[in-house]
Amino acid sequence: MATKASRSAARAMMAPAVVLLLGWMLVPLIMTLWFSFRTYLPLRGGDQGWTGFDNYVRFVTSSSFWPAISTTLILLIGVLVITIVLGVLLAILLDQPMWGQGVVRILVIAPFFVMPTVSALVWKNIFMDPTNGLFAHLWKFFGAEPVSWLSDAAMPSIILIVSWQWLPFATLILLTAIQSLDGEQMEAAEMDGASVLSRFFFIALPHLSRAITIVILIQTIFLLAIFAEIFVTTGGAFGTRTLSYLIFQRVLESQNIGLGSAGGVYAIILANIVAIFLMRIVGKNLD
Amino acid sequence: MSIKRTLLSTVVGLGLTAGIAAADGHSATITIATVNNGDMIRMQGYTDQFTAESGIAVEWVTLEENVLRSRVTTDITTKGGQFDIMTIGMYETPIWGANGWLVPLDDLSAEYDAGDILPAMAGGLSHDGTLYAAPFYGESSMVMYRTDLMEKAGMEMPAAPTWEFIRDAAAAMTDRDNEINGICLRGKAGWGEGGAFITAMSNSFGARWFDMEWNAQFDTDAWANTLNFFKDMMDASGPSGYATNGFNENLNLFNQGKCGMWIDATVAASFVTGDGSTVADSVGFALAPDNGLGKRSNWLWAWALAIPAGTQQEAEAKQFIEWATGKGYIELVAANEGWANVPPGARTSLYENPEYQKVPFAQMTLDSILSANPNESTVEPSPYVGVQFAAIPEFAGIATQVSQEFSAAYAGQQTVEEALAKAQAITDEAMEAAGYK
Amino acid sequence: MARAVTNQRKAINTAAAWIIGLLIFFPILWTILTSFKTEAQAISDPPVFLFFQWTTENYSTVMERSNYGRFLWNSIFIAGGSTILGLIIAIPAAWSMAFVPSRRTKDILLWMLSTKMLPAVGVLYPIYLLFIQFGLLDNVYGLTFILMLINLPIIVWMLYTYFREIPGEILEAARMDGANLKSEILYVLTPMAIPGIASTMLLNFILAWNEAFWTLNLTAAKAAPLTAFIASYSSPEGLFYAKLSAASTMAIAPILIMGWFSQKQLVRGLTFGAVK
Repeated sequence: MATKASRSAARAMMAPAVVLLLGWMLVPLIMTLWFSFRTYLPLRGGDQGWTGFDNYVRFVTSSSFWPAISTTLILLIGVLVITIVLGVLLAILLDQPMWGQGVVRILVIAPFFVMPTVSALVWKNIFMDPTNGLFAHLWKFFGAEPVSWLSDAAMPSIILIVSWQWLPFATLILLTAIQSLDGEQMEAAEMDGASVLSRFFFIALPHLSRAITIVILIQTIFLLAIFAEIFVTTGGAFGTRTLSYLIFQRVLESQNIGLGSAGGVYAIILANIVAIFLMRIVGKNLD
Repeated sequence: MSIKRTLLSTVVGLGLTAGIAAADGHSATITIATVNNGDMIRMQGYTDQFTAESGIAVEWVTLEENVLRSRVTTDITTKGGQFDIMTIGMYETPIWGANGWLVPLDDLSAEYDAGDILPAMAGGLSHDGTLYAAPFYGESSMVMYRTDLMEKAGMEMPAAPTWEFIRDAAAAMTDRDNEINGICLRGKAGWGEGGAFITAMSNSFGARWFDMEWNAQFDTDAWANTLNFFKDMMDASGPSGYATNGFNENLNLFNQGKCGMWIDATVAASFVTGDGSTVADSVGFALAPDNGLGKRSNWLWAWALAIPAGTQQEAEAKQFIEWATGKGYIELVAANEGWANVPPGARTSLYENPEYQKVPFAQMTLDSILSANPNESTVEPSPYVGVQFAAIPEFAGIATQVSQEFSAAYAGQQTVEEALAKAQAITDEAMEAAGYK
Repeated sequence: MARAVTNQRKAINTAAAWIIGLLIFFPILWTILTSFKTEAQAISDPPVFLFFQWTTENYSTVMERSNYGRFLWNSIFIAGGSTILGLIIAIPAAWSMAFVPSRRTKDILLWMLSTKMLPAVGVLYPIYLLFIQFGLLDNVYGLTFILMLINLPIIVWMLYTYFREIPGEILEAARMDGANLKSEILYVLTPMAIPGIASTMLLNFILAWNEAFWTLNLTAAKAAPLTAFIASYSSPEGLFYAKLSAASTMAIAPILIMGWFSQKQLVRGLTFGAVK
C-alpha cells in the first residue's frame, strides 16, 4: 500500500525526532560511560585517570547497594499496586450516575497538577510533622501518641505521598477505559445471574487490561526516577535510599563523579531490565 | 519539506537569541547565591540601598540550605560561572580556597578593616593564612534554657555546665502532661544537622572521627558513650520524633514553650528572645556542656560570602562584600531594627560596642565562639581541621550517611552498636575509595 | 430495568464519591486555607478550619521577597516552549509511524521510551559541562530544549496512539482525490487529530511545569522557574507553614486553574488508545 516515495518521506519525517533522541541518549551516555572508568573527584583535582572497573566493583560491593535496589523496587511496586487497585475502584465509582460528577472529577485529578517538590513539602511539614502537623493534632485529639511518620514509617509515608500524586493519573486513564465498557454485555451478564464480583473479574477487568498496561508503563518510567520526594522528606534516611538517591549521594554529596557514573550505568541497566520485563508481560497488550 | 525548514529556522532562531541573551546579560549586575536564613533575607531587603549607593544591581538566588550546597558545588567544580558571589560555610571555604577556586580577599579596603574580623572566624575562612570568604555572621553553640522552668525544678544553671548536670536538669524539667520536654537537640540526618551536633558533642566525650592515620574511630568507647548518653537522655526527656528534628524544628518547639533546654547555634538567641517567641522573657544562656576532659561541645561556624575565581565582576562583587559584611551594614540594621537583630559573631568591634553589650546574649555568644578551636578540637590528636566537621572533601558525603545511621538508631530502628558498626564500615569504605589508605 | 437507577442508589454513589473526592483534594484545600492564616494559627492546636482571621499578609510577604512575576513567566515560557517545540518535532514522526509503519516501528517507539529511563542525577555533570560549553546555563532556551527532549518520547507515543485510531480509508480516499502529502496532513489528518494533540499538549505542559531537577540545577537567577521559587521557602528559620503554603499556592495555582478549565480535553485525550 505504501509507496516507495511515501516511505522515504516517512523516514524524513521521523528523522528529527530520532536524531534528537539519539543525541540525547548517546551524548550523556557516552560521557557517563567515560567518567565511570575514571577516578574523577572534582574536589581533589578533578580527573585523575583510568581505573578500569574499580568504580563498578566499588559501587556494587558498597553496603548501601542492595538495600537501595530493594528500596527502589518496593517503592515502585507499592505505588503501582496502590494506584491501580484504588484507581480501578475509583474509576468504577466515578462511572456511576451521581450528582455533581464533574466537580468530583476535578477534585480527584487535582493532585496531578501539584509539583512533586510542593507536595513533598506540604505533606512533610503541614501533615506529617510529629509536633505541629495535622495528623499529630488528629492523633492527640483521639488520645493517641502522635506518630513521627517520616522516621518510624518512612517508606509507607513516601509511598503514600507518591501514590497520592499518581492516583489521579491512573484513575483518569482507567475511567476513560471503563466508560467504553459495553453496557449491554454487563446487563446480559447481570440477567444471567452473574454476581457483582464475577462481572468485575470476568468482564470489566479483562477490558481494562490494556489501560492498566499503559498505567504501569508510564508510571514505572517516572517512579524509577523519583528524587524530589525523598530529597525533601527524609534525605535518604530511615531506609528510603533508592538507587537514584544513592547515585545523587555519590555524585553530589561525596563528589565522586566516577563512582556516581558507574551507579548511573547500573541504574540504566536496572531500568532496562524492568523495561524488558514489562514489555514481555505487557507488550502483547500494546498492539 | 516545509516542516523541515520551519524546524531548521526555529533551531537557528533559538541559537541566535540564546547568543544575544548571553551577550547582553552583564551590565554591572551581580548574581548572588544565598541560603534562606533570616539574616540573609533581611539583607536582601536592604539591597536597594546598596544599588542606590553603588549603581550595581543585584540578582538574588535564594535557596534552601541543601539545595544551595549541591547547586554551588556543581557550579564551582565545573567552573560554571553562574554566580558572582556564593554564600558558603567554614567547611567549604578552606577546601575550595586550596583548589584555587576562590578569589583571595587580601586586598579589601582599609575602611573595611579586615583585621576587625574575629580571629576564630578569619582562621576558619582562610587557607594558608589567606582569607577566601568574608563572614556575614558567625556562630558557636550554647545552652539556651528556660529560667522559669529551671527555677520550678529547683535547680540553678551554672555558667559552664557538665553533661551530667544537663541530663539531670532535663529529667527534672520534663513535664509530659504539659508537653514540656526537658531538652531538645538535633537528631535529624545530614552532616550539617544532627551530624554537626553529635560530632561537636563527641569532642567533649573524648571521641574523634579519625586517628592520625585516617582510620575511622567509631569502634571506640568514646563514641559509644557519646551516642548512648545522647539517646538515653533524649528518650527520657526529649520530644517525640526527635530523630527528625533539626535546627528549625527545635527552634519552633522552643519558641512554643515546649523545651526546657536547647543546645544549638548562638544565632538562635536573637530568635528565642525576639517577636516570634512566646517565652522571650524567660530565656537564659550558658556555655555548651563538657565532661571535664578539656573540650566543650560547642562548634564553630560562619556563613560567609566568597567570590568564585573567573567571575567577570570581581570588582563589583568585592564592593558588595565590603558593603554586606562591613561595619556600615551592622549600623544600618541596628538603626532600623535594633542591636539584637544585627548579624552577630563576625567582628570584634561589635562586641566592644557598649550598645551591643547590653544585648543579653552578646557576651555568652562571644565566650562560646572564643572557646572553640578548629585546629585542636579533639581530646586526642586528630589529623583534621574543624570542630563539628573534618575539612576534607569527602566529609560531607560520609557524615551524611553516618548521621543517617545515627538517626535510625535514635528512632529505634537499630541499636547504637549496629549504627556505630555501620558508621565504621561506611567511613572506612569511603576513605579507602578516596585514596587515604 | 437494571439501568433504571433508583434515586437512593444515586444518592449513595454521590455521597461516596464526594467523600473520597474531598479526601483526595483535602491536602490542597488545607494548603490554600493555611496560606490565609497567620503563622501562629497555622500550627494552632486544635487546628482552625474556616473560622479564623483571614489575612493576605503571607502573600504580600512572598511578593515582597521574590520576583514572582519572573518565576511565573519563566515557567510559562519553558513549559509552553518545550511543548510547542516537542509537538513540531513529534507530529511528523508520529504521523509516519502510524500511517507508514515498518517492522521496526514498535522497536523505535520502545527505544524512545527507554531513553526516559536515564537517571537524571547520573548525567548531571555531563549535561552541566555541555551547557557550559554552549553557554546555555541559566538560559530559558537551553532549559526549553532539555525539557522538550525529556518529554519527547511521551509526546511521540501519545500522538502515535491517537493517529492510529484515524481510519486509513480516509487517507486512501484523500489520495484518490489527488491530495499530496502536505494537504493530507493539513486538511485530513490534523482536524481529526486535534483532540489528541490537545490532550498531548496539556499533559506535556503539566509534566514540564512540574519538572524539578533540571529546572533547579541548570538555572541561577534569570531563567529560574517556579520550582526554584519554591526552593527558597522550603525550610527557613522560624515558623514558615503559612508562608510556605502561600508560596505553594502561588506555584501550583496557575497550572491547577488551567488544568481545571481544560479537564474535559485531558480526560477525553488521556486514553493512550485504550478505548477502541
